[in-house]
Amino acid sequence: MSEQRKVYLDHAASTALDPEVLQKMLPYFSVVSGNASSQHAWGREAMAAVDEARERVAKGLNASPNEIYFTSGGTESDNWAIRGIAEAHAEKGKHIITSAVEHHAVLHTLKALEQNGFEVTYLPVDRLGRVSVDDVVSAIRKDTTLITVMLANNEVGTIQPIREIAREAKKRGVFVHTDAVQAVGAIPVDVKELGVDALSLSAHKFYGPKGIGALFVRNGLKIGRFLNGGGQERTMRGGTYNTPAIVGLGYAIEKAVRDLQKNAEYVSALRDEFVKRVLSEIEYVDLNGDVGEGRLPSNANIGFRYLEGESILFTLDLNGIAVSSGSACSSGSLDPSHVLLAMGVPAERAHGTIRFSFGKENTFEDVDYVVETLKQTVKKLRAFSPLFSARGGSNV
Amino acid sequence: MYSETVMEHFKDPHNAGRLEGANAVGLVGNAACGDILKIYLRIENNVVEDVSFETFGCAAAIASSSVVTDMIKGKTVEEALAVKNADVVAALGGLPAQKIHCSVLAEEAIKNAIDDYNKRRGEQ
Ligand SMILES: Cc1ncc(COP(=O)(O)O)c(C=O)c1O
Repeated sequence: MSEQRKVYLDHAASTALDPEVLQKMLPYFSVVSGNASSQHAWGREAMAAVDEARERVAKGLNASPNEIYFTSGGTESDNWAIRGIAEAHAEKGKHIITSAVEHHAVLHTLKALEQNGFEVTYLPVDRLGRVSVDDVVSAIRKDTTLITVMLANNEVGTIQPIREIAREAKKRGVFVHTDAVQAVGAIPVDVKELGVDALSLSAHKFYGPKGIGALFVRNGLKIGRFLNGGGQERTMRGGTYNTPAIVGLGYAIEKAVRDLQKNAEYVSALRDEFVKRVLSEIEYVDLNGDVGEGRLPSNANIGFRYLEGESILFTLDLNGIAVSSGSACSSGSLDPSHVLLAMGVPAERAHGTIRFSFGKENTFEDVDYVVETLKQTVKKLRAFSPLFSARGGSNV
Repeated sequence: MYSETVMEHFKDPHNAGRLEGANAVGLVGNAACGDILKIYLRIENNVVEDVSFETFGCAAAIASSSVVTDMIKGKTVEEALAVKNADVVAALGGLPAQKIHCSVLAEEAIKNAIDDYNKRRGEQ
C-alpha cells in the first residue's frame, strides 16, 4: 500500500513553524540562556535579541518599537487591549462597540466587562460577514470609549473596513482596537494607514512559534497594566521574557511581510482553483463569505447541504486531510458557528459548513486530492442523509 | 476522542440507507440542532426482520445509528424496545460526554419506529 497523502488545510487554526525561523530561535533555548532583565552579559545578550525582535515587529506593522508589547498570543492581546483601554477610560464612559462575528477572545472579554457595569453594542453583519461603517457611526454615544472590530474574520475570511471605522471614530474621540490575528502576514497591515489605536497579533498564524504574540498600543494612548510583576514591558506586562519565542516572532513577521505578496498570490490561486472546482463538481454547495479582495487569500468556507460538518471533517481526516468545521458538534457547544448565524446562514446549513484554509506549503496536487476525496466523502454521506433523500420536500 | 469501535462504525456504517418494504419509520432530532436520526423497520411476526437508518449528524450520531441497527436486527419488538442508550454507549466502547445525546437519539428513534408500527397496525 502506498503511503497516504497528507494535506493540511487548517492554516487559520495554526501554521507550522518556518524552519528558518526555528534555526534563529534555537540558540535562545540553550546557548543564550540569560534572563533578559539581568544586568550581566548573559542578560544583556538576551535583551539585545528582545530589542531586535521588537524592532522587527514594529517594522512589520509600521509602528515604533516602544508601541510594541510582547504577550502570550492573540487571546492575551485581545484581553489586554479591551480591558486595558475600557478600564483606563471608564471615567469618560462605559460603552463599547463591537461586531457579532468577533473571535471568542474578544466576545468573552466583553461578556466579562458586561458583568462589571460596561455596556456593549454588538453590531450585525451583512450576508458576507461585513460590518457597516454607518452602523458603527450610529452606535457611537457620548459614553462610548472603545470600538473593537477584527481586521479579518477567522471563519469566513471577511476583511472589515477598519480604516474607515477608525477615521470616523477618531473624529468622535473614540479609540479603536482591531484583532489582526488572521490578517498579519496575509494582507498588508500598517497601523498608521489603518489609523488604529491598538492591534493584536499572534505569531503562530504566520509560521512563527505558538504562545507568543504582540499588542500594538499607539504612543500616548492610556491603557491599564495587564500583569503585575517585575517591571518588564515598561512595567505594563510583568514576567520573564520568553526569549526564543520573541526572537521567533520577530523573524516570522519579517519574513511574512517580506514574502506577503508572493505568498498571497500563490495561496489565493490554490484557493480559487479549489473553490471553482468544488462549486462546479459538487451539487448543493454554498460558498460563505466574500469573493475577491474582500476576503483573506487563504480562506474558503463552504457549506455542504444535507450534511453535518463533523462527519465531513472526520471522513476527510481518515483520508489524511485536516480542515475545521462550523458545526457545534466538533466544538462541543450546542449552537453552530456564531459567525455564520450572524451572516444569516440558516442553522441547518451552518452545521454543514467546512473551513478550508490554505498555506504556502500546499500544492495544486493537494487541491486535486482534496477535491476528489471531498466528492467521494459527500457522496458517501449523502447516501444515508435523511435530508438528502427527502430534498425537495417528500416524506421527512 | 472517539473509541475505535465508534470510528469503525463511522467509517463503514452497517445498514445505512433507506429500507425497501419497511413497515415502520422512526424519526427524531431536528436539522437546526444538527442531528436527525431516521430508523426504518420491517417487522414480521413481531420480529425485526430488517432494519436500516438514515442519519444527518456527527460521527457519534452515525456510529450510534449503525450500532443500534445491529443490536435490534432479528430481535423481537419487546427486545428492541428494551435497548437503552447506555447499551448503545457500551456497544460503542464509550462516547465522549458531549456526545451521549447521540445514543439517546438512537434509543428514541427505535421507540419512535415501534410506536409507528403499533399505530399502523391499529389502523389496519
Ligand atoms: C481572530 C482571532 N483572534 C484571536 C485568536 C487567538 O489567538 P491565540 O491562539 O494566539 O491566542 C485567534 C486564533 O485562534 C483568531 O483567529
